[in-house]
Amino acid sequence: MNRHLISAGDLSRDDAVLILDTAAELASVADRPIKKLPTLRGRTVVNLFYEDSTRTRTSFEAAAKRLSADVINFSAKGSSVAKGESLKDTALTLEAMGSDAIVVRHPASGAPRRLADWTSGRVINAGDGTHEHPTQALLDAFTIRQRLVPDGRGRGLDGLRVTIVGDVLHSRVARSNVLLLDTLGAEATVVAPPTLMPHAIDTWPCKYGYDFDAELRKSDVVMMLRVQQERMSAAFFPTVREYRRRYGLDTGRMALLPEHAIVMHPGPMNRGVEIAAEVADSPRSTIVAQVANGVTVRMAVLYLMLGGSEVAV
Amino acid sequence: MCAMRPEPGHEPGDADPGNLDRSDRPADPGWKAVLTPEEIRRALSRIAHEILERTHGGEGIVLLGIPTRGVYLARRLAERIGEFEGAPAPVGSLDVTMHRDDLRLRPARALQRTEVPPDGVDGKTVVLVDDVLFSGRTVRAALDALNDLGRPRSVQLAVLVDRGHRELPIRADYVGKNLPTAHREAVRVLLSEIDGEDSVLLGERDR
Repeated sequence: MNRHLISAGDLSRDDAVLILDTAAELASVADRPIKKLPTLRGRTVVNLFYEDSTRTRTSFEAAAKRLSADVINFSAKGSSVAKGESLKDTALTLEAMGSDAIVVRHPASGAPRRLADWTSGRVINAGDGTHEHPTQALLDAFTIRQRLVPDGRGRGLDGLRVTIVGDVLHSRVARSNVLLLDTLGAEATVVAPPTLMPHAIDTWPCKYGYDFDAELRKSDVVMMLRVQQERMSAAFFPTVREYRRRYGLDTGRMALLPEHAIVMHPGPMNRGVEIAAEVADSPRSTIVAQVANGVTVRMAVLYLMLGGSEVAV
Repeated sequence: MCAMRPEPGHEPGDADPGNLDRSDRPADPGWKAVLTPEEIRRALSRIAHEILERTHGGEGIVLLGIPTRGVYLARRLAERIGEFEGAPAPVGSLDVTMHRDDLRLRPARALQRTEVPPDGVDGKTVVLVDDVLFSGRTVRAALDALNDLGRPRSVQLAVLVDRGHRELPIRADYVGKNLPTAHREAVRVLLSEIDGEDSVLLGERDR
C-alpha cells in the first residue's frame, strides 16, 4: 500500500492482516471509560463527501475523533461545489487549510485517484462511483474473522467461502470485497442476475454464477448487496418481486445455509427486497456488528496511515 | 522499549540456556552477559518480596506488564507472589504504543495487547513492570495509557534492569539490577518465554 488507500487491491496480505490486528486491539477502546486515544492529536482529517452517506461519514468521523484528530466535514451540498468549484480546487483549498488526510466519497469512479495526484496529504477512498470502497471490505473481513476464525490474530480468512449476491454491476462494495477476500485467502463467489453482472467478471479473482440456491449450502458467509435503484438508468429486472424470488434472502433460503454461516449486508438495507426483515434481524445477521466494527477498522486505517512518520501499511 | 530487539536469526530455542557464561558467546560476539538465569530468578524473587512488603501483603495490587518482555516479567512476579502468599496477584498487560511521544518520528507500529484483569484498576495499587528502564519515556506513556483505563490508588514501577540516562523525572520502586551503562551501549533482555533463554546482555548499539 502506498501513501493512499484507493483500492482494496493495493493491500498486500501482510498489510491487510496488520490492519485487522490493529483493529482488534482498538476494539477494546470502545469498552473503556475513556473512549479516546491521543494518537492523532494535532492532525486534521477532512471528510469530503460528494454523495449522501450517513454511516460511512459518521463512522470515519467517530474513528478520527476517537484518535483525537480534528475533523472537518465537507459535504458538496451547500458548499462552493454547488457554485461550480472543481474537485481539484476544492482539494487545494482544503490542503491550504492544513488537512493531513482527505476521506473522499465521490459519484465518479476514479475521483480519489485523481485527488491523490493533487494533494500531498493521504487520500482514503470512502467509495467512488461503482468502483471501490476499500474500508467497507476491511470491516467486512474483520467481521468475518471475528465470527468465523477462532483466535484470529495474525491470520487471514483462508478457505472460507463467501457468496456475494445482488447488484454487483453497480457495487463498489463487491469489487473491493472480492479483491480483499482473494488477498486474505478466502474463496469468493459472485451471484447476480445476468443483467447486473459486470461484463469483465471473468477477470475478477472469484467464481461467479447466476443461481443463488446452488451456492447456499456451501457458503460460510452470504453477503447481500443493496439494489441500487439510484444508479440504475435502465430496467435491469422486470419487477422487485421477481428479483426477490430469485435473489432475495428470505427465511427459506437462510435455512439452507450451514449451521455456522453468517449473513452480512453493507447497508443501507432495502428490507423486503434483497433481504427479508426476519433474516436481517436474526442472530446470524452481522449487520449491526458491521457498523460497530466500521469505527474500529477505520481507526486502524487512520492510525496506520497517519500515526507515524510514514505510512505503515 | 529501551532494550534492543534480538537480531533476526536469533530465534527462540537457538541458544542452550545451560551454555551461558559471562564471556562472549560464539552466537553473539560483542555481547556480554551481565545477568545469568540464576541472577534473574533471584532478582525477581526479591522484587516479589519487596512488592509484598511495601503493599502489606499485596493487598489490592494489579501487575501490568509493558509489552513485550514486561508482560512475561509481570507474569513471573505474579507467580512468585502466588507462591509466597498463596494467592497469585492479578496480572495483565498495558500497551503504550498509542501514547508514545516518538510516534511521529517513526512509522506507525503494530499494536500490542492490552489486557486488564476483570476487576479493573480503579482503587488498586498498580505495579507497572518493564524489562529495562532507560529514558523513562515508555513509563510516561504507560502512565498516560493507565489514566485512560481508570484511576488507580497508586502506581509503582518494577524493572529488571535500570540502566540510567533518565530524560524524565521518573524512578523505579523495584529494581532487579542497577546497571551503569554508556549511551552508546545497548541492553538486551532475553526471556525463555520468547527468546528460549533467560539472560541480560550488554553490547554496543547500532551493531
